[in-house]
Amino acid sequence: MDEFIVGLIAATLRVATPLIFATLGELFCERAGVLNLGIEGTMFLGAFVGFTAASMTGSLWIGLLAAAISGILSGLLMSLLSVRLGVNQHVSGLGITLLLISLSLFSYRIIFGESKIPPSINSFDLLKIFSDNPVLGPIFSQYLLTYIAIAIIPVVWYILFRTTFGLNIRAVGENPEATDAAGINVYKLRTSALMIGGALMAIGGSFITLAQLGSFTFGIIAGRGWVCISLVIFGNWHPIKVLLGALLFGGVSALQLRLQLKGLKLPYEIFLALPYIVTIIALTIAGRNASYPAALLKPYKRE
Amino acid sequence: MFKFRIERAPAPMWTKPLIPIVAILVTFLITSILIILAKANPLQAYYHFLITPLSSTFSALEVLVKATPLILTGIAVTFAFTSGYFNIGAEGQLAAGAIAATWVGITFGNLSPIIAIPLMIIGGFVAGMAWALIPAILKVKLKVDEVVTTLLMNSIIVYFISWLLNGPWRDPISNWPQSPDIGSSAIFFRLIPKSRLHIGFIIALIVVVIVYFLIKKTPLGLRMRASGASKTGAEFAGINVSKTIFIAALVSGGIAGLAGVSEVAGIHYHLIDSISNELGYTGIIVATLGGLHPIGVAISALFIGLIDTGSQTVSRMLGVPVYLGNVVQSALLLVTLGMLLFQNYRIKRL
Repeated sequence: MDEFIVGLIAATLRVATPLIFATLGELFCERAGVLNLGIEGTMFLGAFVGFTAASMTGSLWIGLLAAAISGILSGLLMSLLSVRLGVNQHVSGLGITLLLISLSLFSYRIIFGESKIPPSINSFDLLKIFSDNPVLGPIFSQYLLTYIAIAIIPVVWYILFRTTFGLNIRAVGENPEATDAAGINVYKLRTSALMIGGALMAIGGSFITLAQLGSFTFGIIAGRGWVCISLVIFGNWHPIKVLLGALLFGGVSALQLRLQLKGLKLPYEIFLALPYIVTIIALTIAGRNASYPAALLKPYKRE
Repeated sequence: MFKFRIERAPAPMWTKPLIPIVAILVTFLITSILIILAKANPLQAYYHFLITPLSSTFSALEVLVKATPLILTGIAVTFAFTSGYFNIGAEGQLAAGAIAATWVGITFGNLSPIIAIPLMIIGGFVAGMAWALIPAILKVKLKVDEVVTTLLMNSIIVYFISWLLNGPWRDPISNWPQSPDIGSSAIFFRLIPKSRLHIGFIIALIVVVIVYFLIKKTPLGLRMRASGASKTGAEFAGINVSKTIFIAALVSGGIAGLAGVSEVAGIHYHLIDSISNELGYTGIIVATLGGLHPIGVAISALFIGLIDTGSQTVSRMLGVPVYLGNVVQSALLLVTLGMLLFQNYRIKRL
């Protein structure tokens, strides 16, 4: 196989990894009826906390764990506002994103100061599988987290569609009144969905610092959270279709970079804007038929 | 022993103006933990935050400079939210207005200011409306959620500006990706010499008055408020809700576009890629703090402008990272949101 294509496939998987984690996180929240616009900020927080914890303890796994915990806390904050208090989900989610980004930047400056050379960590190593094979070698030379991301997809599918917990989550996202009448605690379920979702978003963000870059920069998430919001819609709130969307986006981004390196004179910005444009077109085509969880955006108030 | 019960009922009217004040106090209390972590004295820090910027004429005027685009984006958000349309796209609509202003400013910037400046204002307004058009049509015709689409439009225009500034509009003289400067007649003149305060501030105040009048005193405003309060109720009363929302969405985009005009013609004099710089998102904070009331929005924009200016003072004087300002603003938003709900409860003594 052509070296170009092999490199492209490998890069696609790398670019898609954080998106898979975070999109699955958003999927959990939305299936429970909460549009979590805190995703961009939660990914940012995860990238920052993961990096900071890893650089302080010297352990990347502690970094990953710390990121997940920070994501859970972000989910709890979203739950307090949008589930417990019933605040408008758009404004509270966006507020959380603004808060978490500024809080991360503030803390970064306090902890690491304003050094000219940005601090860095030894990031995760690429796994060596089939390393002798010229085609499979580069494709399978990925971070363990990439494999975990792909492995999590069937797990999420199983939880959502084959367990009572998942059934309840979906029920809460479709018809909270009926779910409540059946004796299920709507608040608790939405809160747990937000906690799981937050953890996944933060892990997605931390992949970028702990695996891809090994350092933290201020533009580190750069709208990836909003891409994930699109991917959930694009994937019609289904884990498997979400994977396809993430791979498609990853593929386009990776292709864009490679074409740029080859000196192609096409404006690369078109490729970067493409996922957003495609989502809007997809929404237009799906229109009324887009299968939004019925109770999405509706705060539930127990009478 | 006193016994209390919390019940769902509107809180007494006199508590309404207290909410922002209590929210500010609570936010300051929470954020003082961060100031202590930054090894500074919270009281000193808040003195520099709130008092020092007002103690010199230059920095006091700088507060107004910072508040100018925020008044406009805050009013833009208010206009849409009032009618129940959640326009999260002020960020992108501002950028669209800035692009149009740059184009007009370069093309017609050597004519008389009497021609150039009104053209820029109209161009910015129309461009902001145009960028708001697709989400508005999708909302009205296909019931596609406007939050997601307006958010996506924000990301798209970032790449469009990046393409403009790296390609056709790139200023060949500059090392940065930025457009050439607009013509001198297109530059907003200064209101007070030796300050950066420009006529954009006056334009913003005029917009506040017009929007106040529109929302509170005209049939359109009544229809907007009715649609925002209850869609079904408004439809039952014979109001064309779709049409009302569509108008509100476009005007909201136009007002956000004016913020872009003001930033290009009053501050930068050319297009840069960070032209929006979260002014659109901060507009949501401003609108919420201002209780979606045009006058309240103007006051809260001044307050957020003060925090913006103050965070630079605190950073300079005490070495606290400048991001404290953004933390305070966003924490204030969340605290206020949480507190607004208390408006619907009252404590009763049994």
